[in-house]
Amino acid sequence: MDGEELTEQETALYDRQIRVWGADAQRRLSKAHVLIGGMKGTIAEVCKNIVLAGVGSVTLVDDSPVTEESLNANFLIPSDETLYEGRSIAEVCCDSLKDFNPMVHVSAEKGDLSSLSTEILEKFDVVIVSGCSLSTKKAINGKCRKLSKRIAFYSVDCRDSCGEIFVDLQDHSCTKKQVNETVECRLQYPSFEEAIAVPWKILPKRISKLYFATRVIERFEETETRTSGETSLADLPNVLKLRKELCEAQCISESQIPDSLLERLLLGKLEFPPVCAIIGGILGQEVIKAISCKGEPIKNFFYFDAADGKGLIEDISNPNSAS
Amino acid sequence: MASQQQLDAIKGAKVLMVGAGGIGCELLKTLALSGFQDIHIIDMDTIEVSNLNRQFLFRQSHVGQSKAKVARDAVLKFRPHINITAHHDNIKSSDFDVDFFKKFDVVLNGLDNLDARRHVNRIRLAAGVPLVESGTTGFLGQVAVHVKDRTECYECYPKPAPKSYPVCTITSTPSKFVHCIVWAKDLLFAKLFGDKNQENDLNVRSSDGASSSEHTDDIFELRNDEDIDCYGRRIYDHVFGYNIELALSNDETWKNRTRPKPIYSSDVLSNNQQNGNLDKSCSSSDVALVSTMATLGLKNPQEVWNLAENSKVLLEALKLFFMKRQKEIGSLTFDKDDQLAVEFVTAAANIRAASFGIPLHSLFEAKGIAGNIVHAVATTNAVVAGLIVIEAIKLLNKDLENVRMTFCNEHPKRKMLLMPVEPFEPNKTCFVCSKTPLTLEVNAPHTKFRDFIEKVVRAKLGMNLPTVMKGHFLLYEDGNDLDEDERQKYEANLEKVLSKLPSPVIGGTSIVVEDLNQTLSCEINIKQREEFDEEKEPEGMVLIGWLQAPTDTENKASVQNGESTSGAGTDQVMPLEIAEDEEAEVNAVSKKRNFSEISNSSVSHPLTGNDKTSKNKEVILEDEGDDLIVLDHLNSEMAKKKRLV
Repeated sequence: MDGEELTEQETALYDRQIRVWGADAQRRLSKAHVLIGGMKGTIAEVCKNIVLAGVGSVTLVDDSPVTEESLNANFLIPSDETLYEGRSIAEVCCDSLKDFNPMVHVSAEKGDLSSLSTEILEKFDVVIVSGCSLSTKKAINGKCRKLSKRIAFYSVDCRDSCGEIFVDLQDHSCTKKQVNETVECRLQYPSFEEAIAVPWKILPKRISKLYFATRVIERFEETETRTSGETSLADLPNVLKLRKELCEAQCISESQIPDSLLERLLLGKLEFPPVCAIIGGILGQEVIKAISCKGEPIKNFFYFDAADGKGLIEDISNPNSAS
Repeated sequence: MASQQQLDAIKGAKVLMVGAGGIGCELLKTLALSGFQDIHIIDMDTIEVSNLNRQFLFRQSHVGQSKAKVARDAVLKFRPHINITAHHDNIKSSDFDVDFFKKFDVVLNGLDNLDARRHVNRIRLAAGVPLVESGTTGFLGQVAVHVKDRTECYECYPKPAPKSYPVCTITSTPSKFVHCIVWAKDLLFAKLFGDKNQENDLNVRSSDGASSSEHTDDIFELRNDEDIDCYGRRIYDHVFGYNIELALSNDETWKNRTRPKPIYSSDVLSNNQQNGNLDKSCSSSDVALVSTMATLGLKNPQEVWNLAENSKVLLEALKLFFMKRQKEIGSLTFDKDDQLAVEFVTAAANIRAASFGIPLHSLFEAKGIAGNIVHAVATTNAVVAGLIVIEAIKLLNKDLENVRMTFCNEHPKRKMLLMPVEPFEPNKTCFVCSKTPLTLEVNAPHTKFRDFIEKVVRAKLGMNLPTVMKGHFLLYEDGNDLDEDERQKYEANLEKVLSKLPSPVIGGTSIVVEDLNQTLSCEINIKQREEFDEEKEPEGMVLIGWLQAPTDTENKASVQNGESTSGAGTDQVMPLEIAEDEEAEVNAVSKKRNFSEISNSSVSHPLTGNDKTSKNKEVILEDEGDDLIVLDHLNSEMAKKKRLV
């Protein structure tokens, strides 16, 4: 690859990881700009991982104040409350994150995720959002896709001890190792809107139940105009009603979405820190893969549930529309 | 989020963490966030620059400080009201005995070497405390749960021995770059800068016995009034020129091999060529910063130097050692963080490689091979730490039905990047957790007691302070509290052959080997055997009764220590090295080597199957709704492990 060589300082700091992904990948990382919205525990993990890895810059967007709840799984928030005064959670996290790697430019931007303009998005190579509504997710993903520049889009959320990652790399080419040779591969991704529009009945039977359950909760929050995670067990009857409607419309059995799973997700306002570490680790790695174009990325959903310990990749794309 | 019952168990738990490195930093953070209130953390290491890319609790300003203490302080910044006790100490210290371990509800390992893992395994077994073991290499990771009498212990199945090479391959017939590295590091570097009393195979005695060791030994000494430049060239010409000529005189060796080309310094460098600008480096008084790359103006460690550049680096490095680091000569051992040592070894290995027609390598690559640097990234460590905490919570809730061993895969297997597997049951023949007697096949009248202690007791059985008894007769004891007569008596025993010991150890007898510190005792039955295969059984002793690890001399499917260090090449090394940043030694097999060094070295966990190796197959058990996977093991004996029902 063209471009300047890594400095001595970079080679020393990144020695162990250059041995994993090579100097080319490290150079690409150092030129990548990442936008991150929604400073929850899982996002704190993602931020840590990509700042350590040595991306060019990280821009944080979250105007909400620091609350008791936000302390739960977010280790970027120090205990000293005087630091929160009149500041957004993004600003507080930004200060901690800067220390992790002086070679990465970390900043906090004012603003609301749902109103991010394409002019702003265009400055980035990777956009990651967490804790936003169904419509915001669709809107940001849609804006990223409209730009001529290819932007990698991720959404990530943890509820209770379950986590979901969505990946849209649009049209992605990468190299991957196969036995002893490196091969080129090319992947076509659907947008979030396209993916969730894939009829449920055509999906493979053994697909993760978390996929359906998350769609039900997401739809519930959207119709009730709740913010993500603002649910409780009292919502269960209405959620079960919604499940019935959706399952009937999609022609799948309601048993695909167990009550117990929906209960867990409704209660799961707080993230479970070990799951944040796992989901944040997997997503951090995905971002590195996407930027470096090395290694086959997840297409296009990833699930982890601490209850069974499996970390599963699900490909949810319409076989008819894929090229 | 965790249930109330889980939260209570977490709050009341006392946790011992061993290791504050790559996994340790992530683990301490996740434990603290998860609500743990009482955590002890032990690590003897101090912080280095190459840790900072993943050990996120550490900063540049902490370099040189205790990992355990800095990690504690960093976590208290976001969780100020919990108790974290940091021990900047060796886990093998006698302070951390069985009584110490008994105070804890669970032990969590984030270690980087086999020796310490075995030590912890033994003490926690004696203390009856469950253990969560972990390891990562690049994108691969593994978490295992060990509960006494219920699941396998860490040592139920021996780990493959570190990659080793026959002496003659290293001294006379290298065919790969790694052979040249071993030669440069273990022979040439050790000869010139290491302990002069250590035996060293650098000067191959040719078949006609042309060089006697008395004569050749002097060659490596700087003579009185000898100019340092002349000395360097003399050494250069001796090892790369004369020694190769000598080896070439043995036609038998080269019948089916490419003949090496002797290289003399005058072939490569003009006689009066000025080597670098020493004055530039003279300004630096910091010994750690002395570097030939700096004085020769070589900037990029990833660039492959040509023969002339390597020759200049070698001569310059030699000179710098004598001019700047004179005091250390005679006591140096190779250290991957010693820039000058790495430069010297890179250059020497490359010149030797050039002579034998082997492709040359960059300093970056050579450093990886010589230091056996394990690839490490933050993300795998974060994932593994999360998995450890999930298993630890199950253990605290006595939820033993649901504990799992989990593999982090680089490529999904059956859609899974994180793959849980049921733990295996204990191995009934394990000498550690089942106290099963072992049998040693040995030629008693020809085997020195010292070899038995070093190669069997220390290296194979992993004992640090062993006591050897035959009946009530003490044959050997190690420890600091011995008086001088005892020490002398045991020293004398070490020099005797087994059958000539004060109480003879011969076929049909039995001895007991103990390590009181580890509270481990092992009975060994002796079986007389005269013949051993030099290639397969180079130690001249075979320990049986406990499943043997796959031998690792030429098995390509197994660990490739140091051979896959470039780029993203980790995925063909599937038998997972359960080691984070492990500095394993690449050792030449030499009967004269220091075996405690080898016992410290590489580990690889046998519990992983490789989907690219035909030897391994997956056994897939489809249970209703919830499927679990059991992997077959590297060798058929390992496959005897059963699922816990």
